[in-house]
Amino acid sequence: MTPLIGPANFMFFGFFPAAILSVVIPVVGVALFTYIMARRIAPLVRSAPDNRFDNIPERIKNLVIIWLAQWRQPRYMVAGVLHIVIFAGFLILSIRSTSLVIIGISHDFVLPGFDGIIGGIYNFFKDYAATAVLIACIIAAFRRGIVKPARYAVPAKYGKDHTAEAVFVLGVISTLMISESLFEATELAAEMKHTGHAEFIAPLSLVWIFRGMVSEFSHSTLQALHIVMYYIHDLTFFFFLCFLPMGKHFHVITSIFNVFFMRVKKGNIKPVRYGVSAEELDNLESLGVKKLEDFTWKHILDFYSCADCGRCSDQCPANAVGRPLSPRFITIKARDLIFRNYPLKSDVIYKSKMLVEDIYTEDEIWSCTTCGACEQECPLGIEYIDKMVDLRRGMVDEGMVPQTLQKPLKALEKRGNPYGIMEKKRSDWCTDKAFAQECKVKILENGETADTLFFVDSITSFDDNIKTIARNTAKILTRAGVDFGILGKAEKDSGNEVVRFGEEMLFQNLKSHNTEVILESGVKQIVTADPHAFNALKNDYTGLPPVKHVSQIITEKIKAGALTLKEAQEPKEVYVYHDPCYLGRHNGIYEDPREALDAIRNLNRVELEKSRDRSFCCGGGGLMLFYEPEEETRMGVLRVKMAAEAGATVIVTACPFCLVNIQDAIKVAGKEGEMRAMDFTELIAQHLS
Amino acid sequence: MEILVCVKRVPDTAENEFQLNSAGNDLDRDDLVYSVNEWDNYAVEEAIQIVDRVGGNVTVVTVGDSESEEVLRREMAMGANTGVLLSDDAFENSDGKGVATILAGEIKKGKYDLILTGAQADAAAGQVGGMLAAMLDLPYASLVNKIEIDGSKLKIGREIEGGNQEMNEIELPCVLSIQTGINEPRYVGIRGIRKVAQVEIPVKDAAALGVDPASVGEAGSKVKRVDYFVPVLGDGAEMLEGSTDEIIAQLIERIKSKGGLA
Repeated sequence: MTPLIGPANFMFFGFFPAAILSVVIPVVGVALFTYIMARRIAPLVRSAPDNRFDNIPERIKNLVIIWLAQWRQPRYMVAGVLHIVIFAGFLILSIRSTSLVIIGISHDFVLPGFDGIIGGIYNFFKDYAATAVLIACIIAAFRRGIVKPARYAVPAKYGKDHTAEAVFVLGVISTLMISESLFEATELAAEMKHTGHAEFIAPLSLVWIFRGMVSEFSHSTLQALHIVMYYIHDLTFFFFLCFLPMGKHFHVITSIFNVFFMRVKKGNIKPVRYGVSAEELDNLESLGVKKLEDFTWKHILDFYSCADCGRCSDQCPANAVGRPLSPRFITIKARDLIFRNYPLKSDVIYKSKMLVEDIYTEDEIWSCTTCGACEQECPLGIEYIDKMVDLRRGMVDEGMVPQTLQKPLKALEKRGNPYGIMEKKRSDWCTDKAFAQECKVKILENGETADTLFFVDSITSFDDNIKTIARNTAKILTRAGVDFGILGKAEKDSGNEVVRFGEEMLFQNLKSHNTEVILESGVKQIVTADPHAFNALKNDYTGLPPVKHVSQIITEKIKAGALTLKEAQEPKEVYVYHDPCYLGRHNGIYEDPREALDAIRNLNRVELEKSRDRSFCCGGGGLMLFYEPEEETRMGVLRVKMAAEAGATVIVTACPFCLVNIQDAIKVAGKEGEMRAMDFTELIAQHLS
Repeated sequence: MEILVCVKRVPDTAENEFQLNSAGNDLDRDDLVYSVNEWDNYAVEEAIQIVDRVGGNVTVVTVGDSESEEVLRREMAMGANTGVLLSDDAFENSDGKGVATILAGEIKKGKYDLILTGAQADAAAGQVGGMLAAMLDLPYASLVNKIEIDGSKLKIGREIEGGNQEMNEIELPCVLSIQTGINEPRYVGIRGIRKVAQVEIPVKDAAALGVDPASVGEAGSKVKRVDYFVPVLGDGAEMLEGSTDEIIAQLIERIKSKGGLA
């Protein structure tokens, strides 16, 4: 028996060279793919600028960790491992697929460098890769089609189920794996017959199994199968290439770019428009995102890159409590709109309507607490907070602001706090007679100076219940020997939520006012007990002295021996620390508060299952306290239930808004008497020795 | 449709703590924050929405000092086309009739199909709209919470005692006083106000309006405020204290003890 004729030299019906097909399929496939990509790139070119070519080393690091090493995948273990197998298989098999295309034209083609031992090793691994990918596809299809994890479900209001597309693509991938392996197995089987000895191939791999299965086939059957499998593979390969940009599998192409260009700084909000300074904002005709092309090109790329894995929405607290927001569908709806407005069948581009009316609703966009859980989870580096803020900027510019938010915004404009309380009452928490006797707080006016500024911010200055955080912070700082003062009536709201709710101009006013008074005060560092203020001053303001959260100062002072704590006063209580979003996820401060708590000897502390970067938002801070969302339950109530499951009796947090939300939630959840919430500063103040 | 809306600059109830002045005849007005009267804001929003539907112009007018220009700009930032400030020393301390006289002076100079006022302002008298209609000899409806355009007529809804709703037909031109809740007024940010910061706002005095200074202001006032105070807590009035839940529990207890609940 002779070896099989490869597709490069095969003649259909004895006269028609198969090589013509081997040329036509790739040429047509690549031409079609180029056309599709040109259409897909059109909205990227027409969208707003974005500055994503900075911090290159950091971006390369993200590429290696998040893209190549798939670091975020195992956060969902089963799906993650399956994905890693398929991803790694694709990387390995891309070389084989490329050379296969050329083999159809030139039989003896070998990729440069793959002719010797390297080629042998590569073949060994690629056979296992194909096998592993096929197994992963079967398991994945079983999960999608039979097990159906809840996070893949598509609620009726968001359209049809996506299972069919997912399973179809798994079928396409499986076809590629099987046809490639059979193509090779038939050749090896024929060769085995010809030479009489079996060449070594990876045992138990697909090729190995197939070779065994076809070894008894006749030469002509093997020949036919060999050619048929080649063209099935060739056609499927180019079909798949052109199918990728049609939906969620676009991420196969875009993910490398999306991860490279993903957000590298945390906690900050993008400028209204890159290249336009705050002073020039008045010259802009329109503010924020109103139409599709108002998004930046990176945000459009985000829409293309979503793999529909549902992790964002699975982590989203707004989605969990039944608010009309699911981050996954923020993306999917935008992608569907891009596909509609930039159809492939013609070269027209349809004009985008106001997005918040067309594809989004106002409540949907106001529902986000900007907690960042979605962004933390996304394996593709898709971002949401900046998009929410840009959409809100557009709504604010159009006057589309709920009545419940208009009042606090106006109060912020007129009084510098959302409650509309008079400026001069901002320092009442410390001038109160009883407290002033116990702890003297300097007000940095009329030439009074201090090393450290305690930036109190609105809720801690004005809310009767929350003022205790200010008082405890002052006591702790005094005990730790920190020379500090407050701005008093000169302080205005930090504006963390003002900018995040899209009122850019008001935020700019607050920011420039605060910046001016802080710099005038001559302090060398800033400390705050409010993570929202901490975040704004640290990430949204510029040119300020270093900013610290009080937990950082406390841990620093404990380590330095300047602050000592007593043994646990209530050793029977079970404490759990709830990570505030703006301390943890947005600023990476997870350990300082824990270390400070653990400095209290015999304090019984447990951990929540959802903690650190997977912490669950309590309901949001700042202006979110004024917003009345449609929801089935409160985020805080879910959080309290999680704490109860962890066996906690005291929820300790380090944020005034968390405290408000969790205290309320304990009442709503009917757990008064069983559980209580306290700020971290209260616990520390109780244990000052 | 040419619509004129009368607006007033008032101390903002949300952003102030009200205290009496030392003379005891008014609020202590130092340190107060002012804004547009809430009812007027709804009226302006309604006017803008009508013009959006059927075309036309919205004019906002106020009686006040130079500081009142701020509320005109805010309403113009919302979408009102022009603003007019009626200001004269002679206008100070006008009673309701005086204010209506001044406004009528301006309205007679133009040609308006519809004149809107807020149902009431800070004095809570709710009288200007009605007086204005009488002076202009136009039909009038108060506490309007719904407006539909129907050719040369309007179909208007009015809120009636006990949450009932009444629908009326009224012929144009007419005067309506607008109740809150008729719509959701749009938000006006700093950017919006800055955009209209340079727009010229004409200021008209008594002479320009053809109003006799003796008929308005302090001189023309037939109603004068003689006292202003916070009433003392009377016998039988009692404030329940505690958290909402505690208050509810106390309330139920009291009603039960009086036999109100079985």
